[in-house]
Amino acid sequence: MAVENITMPQLGESVTEGTINSWLVKVGDHVEKYEPIADIMTDKVTAEVPSSFSGTISELLAEEGDTIAVGDVMCKIEVEQMEQVEATDDEINEEPPLLTTNRNDDDTSMKKRYSPAVLRLAQEHAIDLTIISGSGRGGRITRKDVERFIERGHTGEVNQEAVTEQTPSPVYERMAHDIEIPVKGVRKVIADHIVKSKTEIPHAWMTVEVDVTNLVNYRNKIKQSFKKNEGFNISYFSFFINAVTQALKEYPQLNSTWAGDKIIQRKDINISIAVAKEEELFVPVIKQADEKNIKAIARSVNDLATRARTGQLTNEDMQDGTFTVNNTGTFGSISSMGIINHPQGAILQVESIVKRPVVINNMIAIRDMVNLSLSLDHRILDGLVCGRFMARVKEILEQTSEETANVY
Amino acid sequence: MAVMTYIEAVTLALKEEMLRDKDVFILGEDVGHKGGVFRATDGLFKEFGEQRVMDSPLSESAIAGVGIGAAMYGKRPVAEMQFADFIMPAVNQIISEAAKIRYRSNNDWQCPITIRAPYGGGVHGALYHSQSVEAIFANQPGLKIVMPSSPYDVKGLLKASIRDNDPVLFFEHKRAYRLLKEDVPEEDYVIPIGEAAIKREGDDVTVITYGLCVHMALQAAETLEKEGIQAHVLDLRTVYPLDQEAIIEAAKKTGKVLLITEDNKEGSIISEVAAIIGEHCLFDLDAPIQRLAGPDVPSMPYAQPMEKFFLINEDDVERAIRDLAEY
Repeated sequence: MAVENITMPQLGESVTEGTINSWLVKVGDHVEKYEPIADIMTDKVTAEVPSSFSGTISELLAEEGDTIAVGDVMCKIEVEQMEQVEATDDEINEEPPLLTTNRNDDDTSMKKRYSPAVLRLAQEHAIDLTIISGSGRGGRITRKDVERFIERGHTGEVNQEAVTEQTPSPVYERMAHDIEIPVKGVRKVIADHIVKSKTEIPHAWMTVEVDVTNLVNYRNKIKQSFKKNEGFNISYFSFFINAVTQALKEYPQLNSTWAGDKIIQRKDINISIAVAKEEELFVPVIKQADEKNIKAIARSVNDLATRARTGQLTNEDMQDGTFTVNNTGTFGSISSMGIINHPQGAILQVESIVKRPVVINNMIAIRDMVNLSLSLDHRILDGLVCGRFMARVKEILEQTSEETANVY
Repeated sequence: MAVMTYIEAVTLALKEEMLRDKDVFILGEDVGHKGGVFRATDGLFKEFGEQRVMDSPLSESAIAGVGIGAAMYGKRPVAEMQFADFIMPAVNQIISEAAKIRYRSNNDWQCPITIRAPYGGGVHGALYHSQSVEAIFANQPGLKIVMPSSPYDVKGLLKASIRDNDPVLFFEHKRAYRLLKEDVPEEDYVIPIGEAAIKREGDDVTVITYGLCVHMALQAAETLEKEGIQAHVLDLRTVYPLDQEAIIEAAKKTGKVLLITEDNKEGSIISEVAAIIGEHCLFDLDAPIQRLAGPDVPSMPYAQPMEKFFLINEDDVERAIRDLAEY
């Protein structure tokens, strides 16, 4: 004894379902093969459904008036002897399990097969593809992998294997109480970026000393009222960015990039500023800084720094910088040699403002002094133009006083 | 709004257009007294009479020829081919006359005819009742080919086709007739010919298809959503001329493209879609363009297992999307 299914037959082209008008059999009835078991109504015809088997009806799966899709089971029938059962669709269609999930994690055959979309994105965003891990078949890096990497500000999942492959770590003997910190994520990106800059760009340095006494007096005078009126601090740093921006306008040679067979001089002056956050370093950008007054610069600095510390910077915020101003003075430094923010042409470090005895007109005075240190790409820039640029920055800052300056 | 089947939407569009414009008339085999073999013109003979719903002889060449002549004289005929398979004797009339008269007469003459025909398999119809014939007409400038995927689109597109001043081939999937049901507004609306529609938003795999295959793609997409795979489904709606802009945009969206047709693969509509993507989207592509289509076999077989082999189904679509997503 075996139980077979009787299904709703196809009663004409375009017919996809049928409604049971009336059952002509009930459970327990014996039917011969081809004997009608039900009256069916469709949009096009009314017809009797013949039994596909001889046997005893064991179960009716639909009530009269129910609508059943073509191919769905109407009722079950117990067949008496093993008939030569016609192969049903199900049997014929039984296929081996699909091979779509043949994902072998060890398979990395597609790891270095890059699609046009992946290559384009990598090029546009200066991404080293060997540090991204691929989620595609055979370890392939998909367009989505790259997009995700960009979205997270170049800090996506880093392919540890590739990293170790690339830079075999030197082996050091372990000493007691050592702590080992794995290099990954942002730290890894910073390291790669710095190595690229320091090894690729021939750096040269110069430092000038600037008397900012008048600027300090002016800023101290407006500090309280500015904070009260605007709701954020007017920092010294904003004055320095403003001075650098003005000087860059006059010396665009410093606002440029080395491009192998040419030097690209940038029209936009987009100032990158470095913001440190414990283990991480972000370099967001003040776009078109030359179109901003000191107050607007102060607002941008404040906004970018806040968002950097709360982890809300977007990739957009960090793009398109053309020159970097770094506020090393915050840490108390009075002299430093910055590493250029690749692929820019120069970086200027603003050191601590300190009170020092200075000789003016053969008299000794106590003045607020600050060192500005410039690192330059010597392929693009020479001492002459940089000297003039620094002199101009110095001039602008020394002329900044209550009488001449206006933050608004 | 009323829930309507695909074929009820056909009937409604015909009826509304006949009420709106007295130049609209229907001709075809069994369209009058019988109301069409599929009942597409059910009730229209009674309502509009034999002058406007004409039973023709069993001659597709005559149906097309009479329709084309009437259209050139200012009428708006809707000619029915009982099955798309039977359109072959009328091909000369359609391609050499209807498609070319505007160009040939330097814009003096036009031919606003709509030719409706049920196409497609999966209904146990074998050779003469299962073919997809759109590719035969899809390189004839002057012709438009519309293939709707839902009752809503049927109504809007059939009305647009009847009002269009050039010949339109309107192919209806016969398995969709009573399979697809949805809300169709009772008021008058038109869907512009030549515009594809995004039927589902997604960012993993782009599926571009038309006709009943849209339904399969949407069902497969729903299943795959549970696996975290988001399919973006573009319904071509008009398969000639193609909405290139929409195709390019949809392809660029994910960079992984699956093209589906029930027709034989080589030289099909989706082959042209693949060419458009190849020409315009190289730097956005993240995987080879995939085509899912019927085999290059002369006709849909009658035997059920053979028919199943020929037809693509939801499982095929699901598998193909998953395969691309994992690529």
